[in-house]
Amino acid sequence: MLLTVTDLTKTYPGPDGDITVLNGISMSMGAGETLALTGESGSGKSTLLHLVGGLDQPDGGTVEIDGTDIGGLDDAGRAAVRRDSVGVIFQQFNLIPSLTVASNIAFQARLAGREDRAWNDSLANRMGLTAQLTKYPEQLSGGQQQRVAIARTLAAKPKLVLADEPTGNLDEATADNVMSLMLELVAETNAALLMVTHSERLAARMGRRLHLRAGQVA
Amino acid sequence: MTRTGLLALLSHWRRNPMQLFTLIVGLSLATALWSGVQAVNAEARASYDAAAETLGEGQFAQITHPSGTIDQATYVALRRAGWQVSPVTEGRLDGIRLIGLDVLTAPGGLGPVDLSNGDLTVEVMLNGVLFATQDTLDRLPPVDVTTRAAPDVAPGVILTDVGTAQRLLGLDGQLSRLIVAPIQPVTQPPLADIAPDLTLRPPQAGSDVARLTDSFHLNLTAFGLLSFAVGIFIVQGAIGLAFEQRRPVIRTLRALGFPLRRLVALIAAELLVLSVIAGAIGVGLGYIVAAALLPDVAATLSGLYGASVSGTLQLRPEWWLSGLAIAVGGTGLAASASLWKLARMPLLASARPRAWAMQAGRGRIWQAVAAVALLALAGLLAWAADGLVAGFGMLAALLIGAALALPLILDRVLAFGASRARSVMAEWFWADTRQQLPGLSLALMALLLAMAANVGVSTMVSSFRLTFTGFLDQRLASEFYVYADDAEQAAALREYLAPRVDKILPIQSANQDIRDIPSEVFGPTPHATYRDNWLFLQSAPDAWPRIEAGEGTAINEQLARRADIAIGDTVTIGGTAFEVLGIYGDYGNPIGQALITEATFEALFPDITPLRFGVRMDPADVTPLSIALRDDFGLAEANMINQAGIKAFSLEVFDRTFTVTGALNVLTLAVAGFAILMSLLTLATMRLPQLAPVWAQGLTRARLGRVEILRAVLLALLTAALALPLGLALAWTLLAVVNVEAFGWRLPMFLFPWDYARLAVFAVLAAVLAALWPARKLARTRPADLLKVFSNER
Amino acid sequence: MNARLLAFLLLIPSLLSAQGFAGLGTATEDFATPQRPAIFDFPKDHGPHPDYRIEWWYLTANLQDADGTDYGLQWTLFRTALAPGQGDGWSSPQLWMGHAAVTTPDAHFVTERLSRGGIGQAGVTPDPFEAWIDDWQLAGPDFDTLTMTASGPDFAYDMALTAQGPLVFHGDDGYSVKSAEGQASYYYSQPFYDIEGTLALPTGDVAVTGQAWLDREWSSQPLSEDQTGWDWFSLSLGDGKLMGFRLRQTDGTHYTAATWITPEGQTTPYPDGAFQAEPLATTDVDGRDVPTRWQVRLPDRGVDVTVDAINPQAWMDTSVPYWEGPVTITGSHTGRGYLEMTGYD
Repeated sequence: MLLTVTDLTKTYPGPDGDITVLNGISMSMGAGETLALTGESGSGKSTLLHLVGGLDQPDGGTVEIDGTDIGGLDDAGRAAVRRDSVGVIFQQFNLIPSLTVASNIAFQARLAGREDRAWNDSLANRMGLTAQLTKYPEQLSGGQQQRVAIARTLAAKPKLVLADEPTGNLDEATADNVMSLMLELVAETNAALLMVTHSERLAARMGRRLHLRAGQVA
Repeated sequence: MTRTGLLALLSHWRRNPMQLFTLIVGLSLATALWSGVQAVNAEARASYDAAAETLGEGQFAQITHPSGTIDQATYVALRRAGWQVSPVTEGRLDGIRLIGLDVLTAPGGLGPVDLSNGDLTVEVMLNGVLFATQDTLDRLPPVDVTTRAAPDVAPGVILTDVGTAQRLLGLDGQLSRLIVAPIQPVTQPPLADIAPDLTLRPPQAGSDVARLTDSFHLNLTAFGLLSFAVGIFIVQGAIGLAFEQRRPVIRTLRALGFPLRRLVALIAAELLVLSVIAGAIGVGLGYIVAAALLPDVAATLSGLYGASVSGTLQLRPEWWLSGLAIAVGGTGLAASASLWKLARMPLLASARPRAWAMQAGRGRIWQAVAAVALLALAGLLAWAADGLVAGFGMLAALLIGAALALPLILDRVLAFGASRARSVMAEWFWADTRQQLPGLSLALMALLLAMAANVGVSTMVSSFRLTFTGFLDQRLASEFYVYADDAEQAAALREYLAPRVDKILPIQSANQDIRDIPSEVFGPTPHATYRDNWLFLQSAPDAWPRIEAGEGTAINEQLARRADIAIGDTVTIGGTAFEVLGIYGDYGNPIGQALITEATFEALFPDITPLRFGVRMDPADVTPLSIALRDDFGLAEANMINQAGIKAFSLEVFDRTFTVTGALNVLTLAVAGFAILMSLLTLATMRLPQLAPVWAQGLTRARLGRVEILRAVLLALLTAALALPLGLALAWTLLAVVNVEAFGWRLPMFLFPWDYARLAVFAVLAAVLAALWPARKLARTRPADLLKVFSNER
Repeated sequence: MNARLLAFLLLIPSLLSAQGFAGLGTATEDFATPQRPAIFDFPKDHGPHPDYRIEWWYLTANLQDADGTDYGLQWTLFRTALAPGQGDGWSSPQLWMGHAAVTTPDAHFVTERLSRGGIGQAGVTPDPFEAWIDDWQLAGPDFDTLTMTASGPDFAYDMALTAQGPLVFHGDDGYSVKSAEGQASYYYSQPFYDIEGTLALPTGDVAVTGQAWLDREWSSQPLSEDQTGWDWFSLSLGDGKLMGFRLRQTDGTHYTAATWITPEGQTTPYPDGAFQAEPLATTDVDGRDVPTRWQVRLPDRGVDVTVDAINPQAWMDTSVPYWEGPVTITGSHTGRGYLEMTGYD
């Protein structure tokens, strides 16, 4: 298995005591698999995604990526996981505003030390970003920015792509287009895709679906 | 409604006390810096004024007797002959200088003592009253005379009636000297007819205390000006940030129908209150700073110029008012731009502080145009300037122009760095630093000015020191100096000294107008002492041999500048024409000077007998010789000067000057450092969205923190690199333009690379210290806070 | 020297009383006060009376040069005591102030000297008579034969005086009452001096001759609290000389007194009201309105004259400022005289 989540729990401190966001979730994904993570607001989808991506630490349970329990890693170790094994795509795009589109695309791959310029070019080309490479993120439209974010993630050729409502800020047509590109490229690199989404329509395009309710798999 | 709006505005501070704190502290520090320097300045000036007024008899001619004592009967005889003179009896009372004057005849009355109260004046004349500063009075032994604090009397001096002084000093019927009133009756016999043994000394035009101390004053004023510039930038930064931070509140208030006009008025009123509070704190801090610095300043001045400055600080309205005015005025100046922007801001403009200032292209173009125009103006003034005002104008144009240019230059440098970056981290680092610039530029401008001020002032003070010690070497080249009271004693002295020393160098001078400029002519003996030590600013070839051969003269810079004399020109001395072969520096001397060789001098001025002698000898023998002169020969201690002693004292004085400038240096850097801290803290919250993606893609928070510090170091270093030439330009302006305009002589400029390196280290240190806290905060940001950036519910 | 300070310290009791100067007022009790009958002892009484607070030797002269141009001359030595008694050296309470002036029709030269008593810089000895401050001197073998010198930054004079008549005594044989409350001074004059000498003016030396009038007066508090100043006239009227003064009181009324002096030196004193002086015109002198043309009457002697200042700008810009200058007389009588006005500053 590429990803194995076992009995994962996470609580956050709230105004009226701790709130249990994840309450013993277990799941797994293999390479090349696509999985839609659905559920109500507050059901724990994003938290699960963050824990899997090494962005946050679980309170209980384990997250194994390629056989490594990332829950046991320190800050630097988790940073390495984010850099080397995982790619994250956010709803807000979260590009680095000070860098050009080209630099943004190459950023994570270069951080991970495996930049493939030809692959970058091809990604940019297929994303329709060739004309935008010297621009800065704020000069782009939302759809263009999200395509940059996807290209950035895939440029590093991660084994696991995590996407949190990647098309939530886009109109329907653009969203479909971006989604198709993403699925296509994920398939091409044999990466696994774990995507949080509200949209039934998008969830339907994924290989599997996992529905969360109150921090548990429903 | 106003109340509701005000509460909403103020709630921002309650929720963000740190921002309020930085605003108040920033304003306070700027005010403190300004008012501290002003306080030191005002105090020093007031002390001079007191000294000038108390000791200002220098502006009047004086009559003295070689013995130092004039019989009171002689005074009355002079008065009865039509001489309008006024008696002075002075002496030391337990080491404190006691000066007795006659209130009825003294041309300046009892100096600065206010005698408009008739009762008090009656008391002064009938029973005696001692006037001095409280400090001086505290040191006074018990006396049977009323004492009264008079703050404007020079420190260390007691003023009283001449009769009281005679009684306290046990000098009944004896006077020390007579002051000659500036206006005399038409019928007046010559002094020699009435009192042949008395000497009339003409007023010491221009050589009084105030003239000499003006140079130091100017330095302090320049520092005050610079600290003001630094302060204004900090205030501007603090206010600008306070506006940026509250844009969301302001937008919401307006969206809810709060009238714009009232909102602007509300914010203006709020800022007025804040600036008054901060100004008051700043004045208080400034007082502490000044009180801490003043003993050193006082020591410097009294050592340098013999002008005593009281070591205690008085709350002078001129400086605390100016401090408050700076705080309020600076705030007003800074806020007017922000209020203007607010008034024109579209209702639905982004509530989020602008992060990336690329769009501010038009503003940047204007800034560039202004910077270039100001720098060009400075260059033009340097080239064609005339007058003190132009000199200061040049300073202002240079400083503001450089400050405006700083962000643009840094932007270009960072862009260049980014283009040369190899690694992804480097590329991001350069680009991200560049993006930070707009938010940091005001703080960096403050740092630039602080550093430039430090470089400039250090260069100026150090140059002054080198020049002055060199000057002392030149003027006090002999190991030992002796003075004879009259020709007879001079002859005996020469005879006594001849077998005991290497060489006796007579020092003789005559007063002459050279090209209508009052000057003194010296006639030194041909000797290596002069050839080796007397350095020329400009000279003809073989200047010394030719002067010694009687072929020409050397003149001081003052004379050369005032009469527009160049090497090769001819001047007339004692009716004889001399070619000018050399021009030498003569620092602090208000009048002209010329040198001709001894033989020529004696031929031109046969009546002048030298009474002063420089003595070349083994320095180790100076002390035994002076003891022998005193005990054996009977020469008064006051007639001997040990050159080494003078030099050591002068150096000590300069070291105190350094303490003061050093302290001010550290202070300005600290304030600039605080400005950086403030900006970084404010930026920190805005920075999260920029940093979170980087973090998400695989950088640890600790590394991000380290990068932040690195960034501060880079910016500080770049700023320092730009501050160095600016500081040197500043020093050059002060030494070569302002000083020449103010005093008629140019201070040579020396460079002190180690000082500059140390300053750069200090600046970097200040920047690192400023970055440390925000970086640490960043390294400890909870992932949850970073994740909020990605949260979809934003 | 602080001019205001001296205004307090020196003379012109009108100022002292008008401003209720407590410092000296309280000390008055220690000073001697003039008593009736006035008994003089000459030459001793030509000298100073240190137990009285104020005293003066006050000489004015009407002079003419060879062309008939009018000149006025003043030589005054004031003595004021901070406390009674001569005292010694610098601690002597006696202060001296000298005023000298020369008035021409279009110029007025003034100078002032100040001195502490007790050190010999200023003083008066009665026999032989000498009054001096600095290089100024009024001296002679006796009071009838005097030489007089003074000098300033822009003028000087050197004069000789010879008395042509006796001393005259004002009021009740020299006891001169100055107010309804009875304030008084000892007051006598020598109005019969012939004077000649040289005025050294910026335009050159001028030889002059004329008549001089010397007033001697001492007191401790000659004016009452409510008197603000005085107008004093000394007029030579052909058939006699008239000394008259008018003390201005805060309620707008005046206290007057006068002495008629025959050419032989016989005197008739006139009580309050007999002598009348009314301003006819004022002149702006340095921003002050000063009466410079007067109607002066002494009906008992048929005197009804207009008195005109020869130079209306004869302001004494001294520590204690006042107006003092020569006048011409027209009307029932003609002649020359001197006018002094205080309390207009």
